Parts: sequence; C-alpha cells; structure tokens
Amino acid sequence: MSKVETKMSKQTKPTETKKKLNVLIVDDDAINRTLHARIINQIGGVSKTAGNGEEAVILHRDGNASFDLILMDKEMPERDGASATKKLREMKVTSMIIGVTTLADNEEERAAFMEAGLNHCLAKPLSKENLLPLINHLLDA
Amino acid sequence: MQRQVALIKQSLFDQGYLDEQFMELEELQDDANPNFVEEVSALYFKDSARLINNIDQALERGSFDFNRLDSYMHQFKGSSTSIGASKVKAECTKFREYCRAGNAEGCLRTFHQLKKEHSTLRKKLEHYFQLARQAGPKETARRPK
Repeated sequence: MSKVETKMSKQTKPTETKKKLNVLIVDDDAINRTLHARIINQIGGVSKTAGNGEEAVILHRDGNASFDLILMDKEMPERDGASATKKLREMKVTSMIIGVTTLADNEEERAAFMEAGLNHCLAKPLSKENLLPLINHLLDA
Repeated sequence: MQRQVALIKQSLFDQGYLDEQFMELEELQDDANPNFVEEVSALYFKDSARLINNIDQALERGSFDFNRLDSYMHQFKGSSTSIGASKVKAECTKFREYCRAGNAEGCLRTFHQLKKEHSTLRKKLEHYFQLARQAGPKETARRPK
C-alpha cells in the first residue's frame, strides 16, 4: 500500500460500531422506532423496541435482559425517559444509555435527564453521523 | 423517466415541503431495504391521520383542553421532524405556540392550514413514489442548500 493509500485508509471514517451491539430502542413514536432500528442495523447492530419507559423496565424485571445500549426517548406516556433510566439504574442495569431529546429541550431539562443516569444525550432526529462516533467513543471509555 | 423523478424530488425540497431529514432517510435505504423511505412515509401518514382525527374530535367538542391538544401536537411535530416534513412541522410549531397562549382561534386557523399542508405533501409524495417505482432504482437529488 502506498503512503497516500495508507493515509487515506487511516482517515476513512468507520461505518460500524467497534463491536456488534444489542440495542433496546425506547420510544413512543413508531416512526422513530423504525428509523432508529434501521440506523442500528446499518451500523452493524441488532435491536429490540419498547413503546415507553414502563415497557423498558418490564423487559429488565426478570434479570435476563442484556442490552449493550439503550436509546431512551425523553417524553413518553406511562413512564418517561428520566424515570425509566433512574429505575433501570436502581435495578443495577449497566447498559450504556443514551437519552434522546428534542432541540426544544433546554439545558436544564437535558441536565435533569442526564442526572437520571444517562451516559450521554443526543437531540433527535438521530443519524448515523451523530450516533456512530458517540457509540464508539462510549465503547472506548 | 429517472430525470423526471429526480426533478420532482428536487422540487419538493425547493418548495420547502421536505428538508434534509428526508435525505437522511434515503441514506438508510439500500439493496436489502429498497423501499425503506416509502415504507416510513406510509407509516407517517397512517400515524398522522390518527393524530389529525384525535385533534379534530378534541376541537369539535368545543372545550379546548390546551394541554391535551399540545400533547397530540408534540407527537405530530416529532414524527413530522423525523420524516423531514418541513411545512407540516412549521404548522405544528405554530399550533403549539397558540396552545401555550390559550388562543383557540389561532389553534383552529393553524390546524386548518396544517391539514392542507399535510394533504398536499401526501399527494406529492404518493405521486413521487409511484413514478419512482416505475422508473426503477432511484437517483439521489443533490442536497438542498
């Protein structure tokens, strides 16, 4: 490989996560669940979905759920993202949890969501461009 | 015919019906999921029809529960954002502002406009997808500036 080719290959952005991830997508919006599942699929992962925070908690209740990553929407009926995250952490769930907010959420609202036990927050709509580098960064940490 | 399809799609961006998020959807489409964008669009119009019906019923009752209306519109705005439905999203934002101001007349006026934009977008996208299927593998339009 020439020096130019080596340099270019080093600069090539990754297209998949550093390890194959098992992801739980928690969102009350069917379109977001579909989109996020497709993004996860494209970056090499597999996913399961839950329609709200309460469903996410129930999935973990028997102790057999094992997700590498949870994408947790903030505003949901039954149980919102902050409450679900707090509950999962109390249940000793160690999955990476990325909170999914909206651009309308202010700094205080995002900080309160982070306080519930998130690893990070991202504003929707999610994309490969914003999700993949974050996931790989969290995997490195 | 592919050129016609590309021109139709570009016009949807140029006229402000769609924004860059629609391009993000296209990037999620591949040989294994060749109809992903059309499937997501269909899901959006099915879901949003339900929300429009809920809001219609709430408004017809006459007593304006602004919290409930705002909640419906929060959902509507979220899914419109996810698909890149720019004009619909803008009307959702206006509606929510009227909800917060307790302005019933503003809500009614904006909702009427929202339904118009939604219906126009649905027709344009249905036409676009129909032509795209006839034309075969899609071209990708240039990103809007």
